[in-house]
Amino acid sequence: MVPVTWYMALSAAVFAIGVFGFVTRRNVIIMFMSVELMLNAVNINLVAMSHYLEDIRGQIMVFFIKAVAAAEAAIGLAIIIALFRNKPTAHIDEIKEMGG
Amino acid sequence: MNFQMSDMAYILPETIMAVCAMLLLVADLVIHDKKVTAWLSLAIVGATMAFTMSVPVGTAFSGMVVSDRYATFFKMVFLINAALTILVSGAYFSARKEEHGEYYILMLFATLGMMMMASSGDLMSLYLGLELMALSTYVLAGFLRRDIKSNEASVKYFMLGAFSSAFLLYGISLIYGLTGTTQLAGIAKMLGEGTITGNPVLLAAIVMFVVAFGFKVAAAPFHMWAPDVYEGAPTPVTAFMSVGPKAAGFAVMARVFVAAFASELAGWSALLAMLAVLTMAVGNIMALGQTNIKRMLAYSSIAHAGYALIGVIAGTAQGVAAMMNYMMIYAFMNFGAFAVIILLDRNGTGFDGLDDFRGLSKTRPGIAFIMLLFMFSLAGIPPTAGFIGKFYLFTAAVNSGHVYIVIAAAIFSAISAYFYLRVVRLMYMEAPDSEIMCACEPVRVKIVLAVTAAAVVLIGLFPDALVSLARGSASVFRG
Repeated sequence: MVPVTWYMALSAAVFAIGVFGFVTRRNVIIMFMSVELMLNAVNINLVAMSHYLEDIRGQIMVFFIKAVAAAEAAIGLAIIIALFRNKPTAHIDEIKEMGG
Repeated sequence: MNFQMSDMAYILPETIMAVCAMLLLVADLVIHDKKVTAWLSLAIVGATMAFTMSVPVGTAFSGMVVSDRYATFFKMVFLINAALTILVSGAYFSARKEEHGEYYILMLFATLGMMMMASSGDLMSLYLGLELMALSTYVLAGFLRRDIKSNEASVKYFMLGAFSSAFLLYGISLIYGLTGTTQLAGIAKMLGEGTITGNPVLLAAIVMFVVAFGFKVAAAPFHMWAPDVYEGAPTPVTAFMSVGPKAAGFAVMARVFVAAFASELAGWSALLAMLAVLTMAVGNIMALGQTNIKRMLAYSSIAHAGYALIGVIAGTAQGVAAMMNYMMIYAFMNFGAFAVIILLDRNGTGFDGLDDFRGLSKTRPGIAFIMLLFMFSLAGIPPTAGFIGKFYLFTAAVNSGHVYIVIAAAIFSAISAYFYLRVVRLMYMEAPDSEIMCACEPVRVKIVLAVTAAAVVLIGLFPDALVSLARGSASVFRG
């Protein structure tokens, strides 16, 4: 059996890639994809721990996270499209009508 | 985990709000006058408030929901905030020809999410409540679809909100792995045994929670989104989110840190103390140079998050009571300041430059005086409510040995007087540039101004009722 620490290491690596992607990429869609990567890192963690602890809670949590992530994607893309109608760009540095 | 019908009594207010909001969403299809939707949603908030006050105390759904006086206190803050927002929104959006029924329904759902957060007894229900609140608020921030500033506010709020909830989830997954449970009471029990203390994974989990909640309450260095989002969002939504999600963030912060992580007090309170001092510094110093009133109030609300953090850092029931007290007072004074901006809104062209306040005491003496009250209260000058709030926060911090934070807070509070009183100076000591035109005099906004101004004065003069209510509600926390 693969030890749980391997899964935790994988999860930490995927989460770190997600954070790195969010911080360095400037395209709104790719930044959002990075957030999804972070959420899936959490899911790996939860499923591995749920199996290791022989407790069902972690897997229930994963279902909730999946459902919320789907809702989040729907809302996020709608927001980005609303912006795109007024200003055809997906580059976060060009979206600066205000000071910061 | 089995479902019992008797558990429903504990979530009766939430159930009523959810069912009514969904019915209203359908009914809105045939309602052409959106004023009717507004009044109906106000009625829903009122009904929920009535049921919230009579909800039984206890835990339900295998510990998922905790219904106690602490939750009830915060639910009242959220419901008052929602009611005030519904009252100020109509005129603002109809002047921009963007009055849609969905607006009020999203506001109800966001409030529902906050209520779920306040009474969450499990990290799972906490996360779901938080997302319900956040997803509704992202849409509200971008509600002026044709306004690019509103779009931008929405995109920025969404991106950083999603980023921060990923941190929250990673923290939850680590805590789950360490303690084998997601229940706050169970986590407190496991950590209390002391076998996990000092584990680097636990430390990482605490850092993740601090980052996630720091984003939600806009504490520095996680505040970058706040000024842009507050400036770009429609003013009623700015008022709504500068109070509601912030108070909800503090409600869960006390539940997670003070209750569940009680045994790790030294670790998280040191982290939060750094955050609090930095937040007060950034909020108050950055506000000095602002020329846009909404942006100035955004930095001011960052600073106020710093003050309220002091109550959490104290880690005692007294500290939590002071924080609750402060949140209630902040809700009135901050909302009032935004209501003034909404009232002075010039037929949809906006009213947000500081210069627009020039000579307001000559053109609109009544409104200028009310704005003066709110500015005094935000600066913490007696006899207004803001002073009472700060007084109890500082007392709680001194009693728990955090003297240095109180000194920092007092210094930054003195700095804050400069930019709050600058508004007063512009209103009273300068000549008016131009006549402030306001064709419509929205009565509903005036009601809000009267209520918030009365609350700020009455709480300032007679604080005992609120203080003892907060103290009684915080008694669920030990220490």
